[in-house]
Amino acid sequence: MQFFHTLKKPSIIPGFGLTLAFTLAYLAVIVILPLSGLFFKASALTLSEFWQTATSDRVMHAYKISFGLSFIAALINSFFGLIIAWILARYHFPFKKIVDAMVDLPFALPTAVAGIALTALYAPKGWIGQYLEPLGVKVAFTPLGILVALLFIGLPFIVRTVEPILQDADRELEEAALSLGATRWQTFRQVIFPSIVPALLTGFAMAFARGLGEYGSVIFIAGNIPQVSEIVPLFIVIKLEQYDYAGATAIACVMLVASFILLFIINWLQSWAGKNPAAA
Amino acid sequence: MKYRSPTSESCGVQAVLMLLGLGFMGILVALPMAVIFVEAFRQGWQTYRDALVNPQALSAIRLTLLISAIAVPLNVLFGLAASWAIAKFDFVGKRLLITFIDLPFSVSPVISGLIYVLLFGANGYFGEWLDAHDVQIIFAVPGLVIATIFVTFPFVARELIPLMEEQGTEEEEAAIMLGASGFRTFLSVTLPNIKWGLLYGVLLCNARAMGEFGAVSVVSGHIRGHTDTIPLHVEILYNEYNFVAAFAVASILTMLALVTLLLKSLIEFKFAREIRAQKG
Repeated sequence: MQFFHTLKKPSIIPGFGLTLAFTLAYLAVIVILPLSGLFFKASALTLSEFWQTATSDRVMHAYKISFGLSFIAALINSFFGLIIAWILARYHFPFKKIVDAMVDLPFALPTAVAGIALTALYAPKGWIGQYLEPLGVKVAFTPLGILVALLFIGLPFIVRTVEPILQDADRELEEAALSLGATRWQTFRQVIFPSIVPALLTGFAMAFARGLGEYGSVIFIAGNIPQVSEIVPLFIVIKLEQYDYAGATAIACVMLVASFILLFIINWLQSWAGKNPAAA
Repeated sequence: MKYRSPTSESCGVQAVLMLLGLGFMGILVALPMAVIFVEAFRQGWQTYRDALVNPQALSAIRLTLLISAIAVPLNVLFGLAASWAIAKFDFVGKRLLITFIDLPFSVSPVISGLIYVLLFGANGYFGEWLDAHDVQIIFAVPGLVIATIFVTFPFVARELIPLMEEQGTEEEEAAIMLGASGFRTFLSVTLPNIKWGLLYGVLLCNARAMGEFGAVSVVSGHIRGHTDTIPLHVEILYNEYNFVAAFAVASILTMLALVTLLLKSLIEFKFAREIRAQKG
């Protein structure tokens, strides 16, 4: 443990070696080793094996569904999430505290519960489905259903990243814009919006990343029809159930690399938001 | 009519934004929650009760409680150690360590399960050794516990690290100089300062531990009465078209989510006051 002390600034507080050693050991056993096991397993595949599994027709379609719908859901959520953050940060209305707490429900509600609830709502005889069916709109058991589930789980990310920025925004800037003759809409577009762009992009990236990996809330409503409404995480599970570990590993690797790239982008966006004086 | 500040929108715009925001929240978040309780009580109180007190539901409840009783304390211990090392000391590689601690959040639940199947499954790296020693991890309770620890790994640490960083080291340094031991300093100085943040982290960690579906589903093997947790039990009932029972069991998880949100809001309220008191 003496080794750790050469890496840190001197301090009279004890316990550094012990806590850091425990932290690193626990991190290694639970997270680092198992995750590297996945890449190690993938490296045992030949390049052509890997390529064949990771780009088969069925999985290519699943990528399209997962990436495409996560993107669209994050986009729609950015619009509505911004509005919700706006009314929570700036307006006063009855039961505001409850609405505010409810924003976090998708975080707190187990995904399987969300999945069956959304399915019950949008099934042809459900509360919402029965009104959509005569219009020829099918939501449950189609890609549209996946979109609804991804909207549900992604919403808090946008609201929770944008809301604090709107709350702390310097109202004097808006007053200055107004006194210089800007309309409210011009003020929003040219003064307020630029200051929330980093937060909005961060929220977007987080919602997108969450959507890519989401499983529980999607599989009930998706119908899981191969090449129609099959998401990548489900495809990994199917490969596992067929004892095709190599296949599952190859696809998991692709998804893991995608989420690491997103994590990198999110970290970069957050440090950008931190440096942006308009957003601070 | 209230006086309208010049830096707010016209009443018409406000009304449209409120309608869009609250409407979206209502359809996307409030309705799914309502449908769970309506479906759960569709056949009356008696059926609801029967769904909860039958042996399989009870065994699922017991298993979920057991898993979170192991996973949450371990992650609390880790969170305390990690935040002590990270927040109270300056050392090389600190930011990288924080990124690694956050890693499980960006991994798909399905992949979180898969990595342990690859390690401990029958064909995994340790599979033969475990088999020879008659230890079963995958398709058994230990696998469920490890997968749960993985997905709830960052909750406590990421709550405590920023909080303890903000509080600095002066109070601890004073205690040490006055002759208190490290552990005593932690108990009497640090812990009272972080108790609300800690509780907050524990709450979120526990909600996720009890509600996790994807990761647990991959390692569970779905052995009824042995390896099905509450969320998995919901899935089994739902797939058997036993919808009322599925929603009844789901309603306990929904209540858990609602209680979590309520306590979370209370702590935020309390927390805000304490932080203000400390700063003031």
